[in-house]
Amino acid sequence: MMSSGTINLTLKVWRQDNSRARGALSTYTLRNISTDMSFLEMLDVLNEQLLLTGEEPVAFDHDCREGICGMCGAVVNGQPHGPERETSLCQLHMRHFKSGDTLVIEPFRARAFKVVKDLVVDRSSFDTIIQAGGYVSVNAGGAPDGNALPISQQNAEQAMDAAACIGCGACVAACPNAAAMLFVSGKVSQLALLPQGHPERKERALNMVKTMDDLGFGNCTNERECEAACPKGISIRHIARLNREFLKAAVTGE
Amino acid sequence: MILDAKIPAGNLAEKWERHCFSSKLVNPANKRKYKIIVVGSGLAGASAAATLAELGYNVHCLTIHDSPRRAHSIAAQGGINAAKNYQNDGDSVFRLFYDTIKGGDFRSREANVYRLAQLSNNIIDQCVAQGVPFAREYGGQLANRSFGGAQVSRTFYARGQTGQQLLLGAYSSLSRQVKLGKVTMMPRREMLDLVVEEGRARGIVVRNLISGEIECHGGHAVVLATGGYGNAFYLSTNAMASNVTAAFRAYKRGACFANPCYVQIHPTCIPVHGDYQSKLTLMSESLRNDGRVWVPKKTGDSRPPEQIPESERDYYLEQKYPSFGNLVPRDVASRNAKEQCDQGKGAGETGLAVYLDFTEAIKRDGEATIIRKYGNLFQMYEKITASNPMHTPMMIYPAVHYTMGGLWVDYNLMSNIPGLFVLGEANFSDHGANRLGASALMQGLADGYFVIPSTIGGYLAGCSHDDVDTGTDSFQSTRQEADGSLKKLLGLNGKRTVDDFHKELGKLLWDHCGMARHKDGLEQALARIPEIRGEFWDNAYVSGSGTEFNQTLEKAGRVADFLEFAELMVHDALQRQESCGCHLREESQTKEHEALRDDENYSYVSAWQYQGDAKPLLHKEPLSFENVELTSRSYK
Repeated sequence: MMSSGTINLTLKVWRQDNSRARGALSTYTLRNISTDMSFLEMLDVLNEQLLLTGEEPVAFDHDCREGICGMCGAVVNGQPHGPERETSLCQLHMRHFKSGDTLVIEPFRARAFKVVKDLVVDRSSFDTIIQAGGYVSVNAGGAPDGNALPISQQNAEQAMDAAACIGCGACVAACPNAAAMLFVSGKVSQLALLPQGHPERKERALNMVKTMDDLGFGNCTNERECEAACPKGISIRHIARLNREFLKAAVTGE
Repeated sequence: MILDAKIPAGNLAEKWERHCFSSKLVNPANKRKYKIIVVGSGLAGASAAATLAELGYNVHCLTIHDSPRRAHSIAAQGGINAAKNYQNDGDSVFRLFYDTIKGGDFRSREANVYRLAQLSNNIIDQCVAQGVPFAREYGGQLANRSFGGAQVSRTFYARGQTGQQLLLGAYSSLSRQVKLGKVTMMPRREMLDLVVEEGRARGIVVRNLISGEIECHGGHAVVLATGGYGNAFYLSTNAMASNVTAAFRAYKRGACFANPCYVQIHPTCIPVHGDYQSKLTLMSESLRNDGRVWVPKKTGDSRPPEQIPESERDYYLEQKYPSFGNLVPRDVASRNAKEQCDQGKGAGETGLAVYLDFTEAIKRDGEATIIRKYGNLFQMYEKITASNPMHTPMMIYPAVHYTMGGLWVDYNLMSNIPGLFVLGEANFSDHGANRLGASALMQGLADGYFVIPSTIGGYLAGCSHDDVDTGTDSFQSTRQEADGSLKKLLGLNGKRTVDDFHKELGKLLWDHCGMARHKDGLEQALARIPEIRGEFWDNAYVSGSGTEFNQTLEKAGRVADFLEFAELMVHDALQRQESCGCHLREESQTKEHEALRDDENYSYVSAWQYQGDAKPLLHKEPLSFENVELTSRSYK
């Protein structure tokens, strides 16, 4: 199943000590990288190499390495999460690169995502947006039987499409306006498609959009870059639904 | 020391209700005077933090991640069990209880497991109310799938992303409480120690991973929901940051560690393919619903799978276990895969893999149905291996996945240190020697949404609600010790990287304390671990400083703890001279090479107490069974 070959690469990696420091690209060479490696395993190899020569390893966020936690992400040759469609950086494998390639690796950039160090960025603004209304106000205990509320399979599936967001921030990094519309639309759309979300749908759309604006994210101008970069393939149709939800709420009021 | 599990008296089905009734309550006006520290924000931590805040307590929740939504619960794929009996196939609370206790090979407490089965139904209701998009039937009802170790269909799911959706549900409730000001969320904090004052847990010492600052946090109770220790093996299905540090430091402060040798080896993972490999990826066990497991009948058959005719394939699980077939529990599936590969019938370049074949299911149900059920899993598999399971059978092999062992807790989920509660995978309570599929999500959420909110009051009602002062000697000396250990790590200026030591430890544990164990191998490991540890402190290299974001330092602290903890695991494995649950003790097997349990001598929970440099002290909590008959597990 695995075609084991090796490649040699030149890396230009963004190095920045902390959020206040200036950053710059540093160049490294890597030899004999197995094409079965994941992109993050390639960075592991780089870091082991740097450590053994007394250099500071490259800081990068990562955790599950299964494409679901949303922790990893970097811009590779101008594309968030690299060249493969619907693939997070940890699921990108080196078989998609050729020997001799130069890879420019940079953090996700946006006003609302401060660089913490090297490729690590602060995405807590996403949590702030969810706190503004990305929930159903229901306390534990006292919920009715799960089957008391039938939900059509079609709606459940569409809600699941929207809910698949892993909160990685690639949509923001890909957008020329650094908009977080795809992220916000995922949650608003999921809860608009499900009856549980209906009692609070107006406040949710208004508050989440306002918080997004306040945090310094840009607006949507239909570039569709977010959809192309999304590792979960979330469609911009959800942005259309967000716009409808927002407009309805703004027009019909509280 | 006597470990009192505080199991309520009375009939099994009434224990929990009676216990809730007889526990002391904290009145609503007083709840706001208590502060509770929750460490970890996975299913157990997030659900506990949110629910305790809903009740009116002040909660401070700390996580190692940049956001609570990253916790490794998110990676659970297959589903969550509940005894709803929506399928009308004979399920009940008692059956879920029985399956779970039998699946755990009769090494868990009856009362805890029964409560878990009772609460399973409330969890589904709660999650539906939160807007978790569970899979639905055409009529709008909740859909179920089957899972290993059960003959009923009781697993609720959201495609192959059930853990993600349940975690995001708990995260949404948590976010709501953050907005309401009842939860203070503190991301990127790593717990370095537990503060014990006058015998009670009063707070924690953490490192702010961004600034490097060491912080003290005081509270009237400390809730640990810090997950499992599978990464002791280096290669596991756990996320990279999963570690034992918080639990292990609590152990060093006096909390007993129970059953550390109970480690689950999951049968369906993508096989190892190179020494650069950083982790193993699990393929949900739900795949065994439709996939058939086989190996070539001939040893050393190197033909590609599609060229091996039907008559030359050995569907060994279907042959050996006709009533459960491919749906035998995880331990049985793992052990049999190892047995086939040990006989030289393994697939692939390394010979350490078996096939999981969907051809028949695709023929029966059509491609569209199979893609709808497993599409994202197939995609994940193809990304990693460059092979499409719709056309070529998957290759799978067992890998370390879940740890049933954890800090010892009583029925209230409180450890033997008053005020220290432990939830989710971090405790040992419900899965015995083997966890059934789709039961981890159930336990994490039962602990957080329903158990801790009812039991913590019983403790807090007996505590003063005066603010906890973090300026005391016990806080400050604990803080200094934590600072001292970080400085010691930063002083390491040797020639080997931390990862290199971690890999060496992991391989040693996998070889001697993995699926099959033998006294000789365990003794070898016990001799070798202190040597590796010695070399770590002599020759490891840690770069950077303590006053910045420093991932090498974080890793070094975790590996240093694994190097001590590994010894505890091996001690525990060595004393348990029986095969049970996930592990086969080679000296203890039947003539047919099935695991042989020894109820007469080992029907107890082993709980270890830290003794400094001396060997830890073993306490035994006897397990008694009044409602189930201890049978030898048979899935034939």
